[in-house]
Amino acid sequence: MIQTTSLLVRPRAVRSRLAVDRVVTGLVVLSAVVALVPLLLIVGVTVVRGLPAMNLEFLTETFNFSRRTAGGGYLHGLIGSLYMGALAALMAIPIGIAAGVFLTEFPRSRLAGPLRFFSDVMTGVPSVFVGLFVYTLLVSRIGFGTFVGAVSLAIIMLPIVVRASEEILRLVPGDLKRASYALGARQWQTVLRVVLPTAAPGLVTGSVLAIARALGETAPLVLTALAAQTVVLDFQGGGQTALPLLIFREARGAFAAGQERAWAGALELMLLVLVLSVIARYVGRRFHG
Amino acid sequence: MVESLALPAVTVTPVDRSPAAADAVMRLANVSVHYAGVTAVRDITLDVPRHRILALIGPSGSGKSTLLRSLNRMNDLIPGARVEGMVTYNGENLYDAAVDPVEVRRRIGMVFQKPNPFPKSIYDNVAFGPRLHGVRRDLDEVVERSLQRAALWDEVKDKLRTPATALSGGQQQRLCIARAIAVEPDVILMDEPCSALDPIATLRIEELMRELRERYTIVIVTHNMQQAARASDITAFLNMGDDRAGELVEVAPTDRLFTEPASKLTEDYITGRFG
Repeated sequence: MIQTTSLLVRPRAVRSRLAVDRVVTGLVVLSAVVALVPLLLIVGVTVVRGLPAMNLEFLTETFNFSRRTAGGGYLHGLIGSLYMGALAALMAIPIGIAAGVFLTEFPRSRLAGPLRFFSDVMTGVPSVFVGLFVYTLLVSRIGFGTFVGAVSLAIIMLPIVVRASEEILRLVPGDLKRASYALGARQWQTVLRVVLPTAAPGLVTGSVLAIARALGETAPLVLTALAAQTVVLDFQGGGQTALPLLIFREARGAFAAGQERAWAGALELMLLVLVLSVIARYVGRRFHG
Repeated sequence: MVESLALPAVTVTPVDRSPAAADAVMRLANVSVHYAGVTAVRDITLDVPRHRILALIGPSGSGKSTLLRSLNRMNDLIPGARVEGMVTYNGENLYDAAVDPVEVRRRIGMVFQKPNPFPKSIYDNVAFGPRLHGVRRDLDEVVERSLQRAALWDEVKDKLRTPATALSGGQQQRLCIARAIAVEPDVILMDEPCSALDPIATLRIEELMRELRERYTIVIVTHNMQQAARASDITAFLNMGDDRAGELVEVAPTDRLFTEPASKLTEDYITGRFG
């Protein structure tokens, strides 16, 4: 068909199509901006309100004798968060990755369906339930402490690690597994030498994101770690604290100085999670070459 | 045209390459393969002569790759796959309940259609198989020898520790061949090893196959009839039956199959009338 009309003439139908195109593009861009606003506000307000009380003393000291006045810091919260986070990671990540391997290597197993279903349900369980569960199961027997706090965080992390691992392990090309089998590898050898190394960067990213999620949890710790006024290195017995616990406590307190510290604590927690996410991204990219 | 490319001539040692002069390293007797009840190949009886290159040709869907996978029990990995009939290797039934499929695959290696090096270094790719089977000493030697036999050594000897995925497609495929021969197999199965390669890389692989024939038996599936004609000693032609299951139409020494095919179907296929 030969077009005889000029390129410069736009028929009515084309003009209306262009108009719809512009409107829809505008709406999509607007939605993206609207979605960004709360995120930017949270980050912005946390930085602005947190910076005044954020200083070296805040990072390296524990509570002052009096919490009515400014000064002192959240070192015990940072240590508690890292301590319980590390313990929880040690518990949840190996089990979670192993479960992910199980789901991808034995997809036809009768256990695979229930495991997947309960992992999905667990990801959505309100975290205060997890706290109550651990409270009933462990705290009632062995008391508050670092370990029981870490158990509750591990329960939060586990389903996230399971599902993330499964998704990532599923991406390992079947070609590589077949190459391994064709060289006379057994299934466990293929998993250890081909599947896990190939998926390693993704597994690291998924695990770190699960840790980041656990570090922000408050409700399960209220019922398991309880509280502490100073740095606690005990494994179990006696209370432990964490950044979100201190923030929760001082933010609803009556003293302006305490609220200032809570904002600084929120900023510290946000930076901690940010650093972990950046590490996860970096590790992921490095492995991929 | 591929033929016009200047490549070093291959010296072929003057030995009797006729199928009759070789004993069969593998024998297939009335082999059928089913996937979840659907028959993919039916009733194939065929000998794989030792130190020869056997080419399996035929149109898409004629079951060439399926048949190839039944030779080292790779079909075991496909849920619902079932092999009937008898496949023997040195007289032993591959599908005997007492046979360990892992041991079968160690003796009967495989090179795949798409080069699939592991995301590891060149060295670790070649050393993968020997390490699996417990080789710790003289690994350097095994790696060098395998790469040399796969005609890749000179190109990679200075970068053995670099990622294998940085190699070109043709080099990757030769690396996969080196990886397969590092475990010292007896038979090497190749599933359209050149279909992802350019003509020059293809000719390198064909040249390599003729060298490897001295030590190994090769079974190659190919879509490319010129390749079968150029590179193989014996050719088997498979075609789809009425119910779409693959059947063996004809097997003959390659030069005879391509010059005087016994079957009208074979003639139609090799002259390009279908397929």
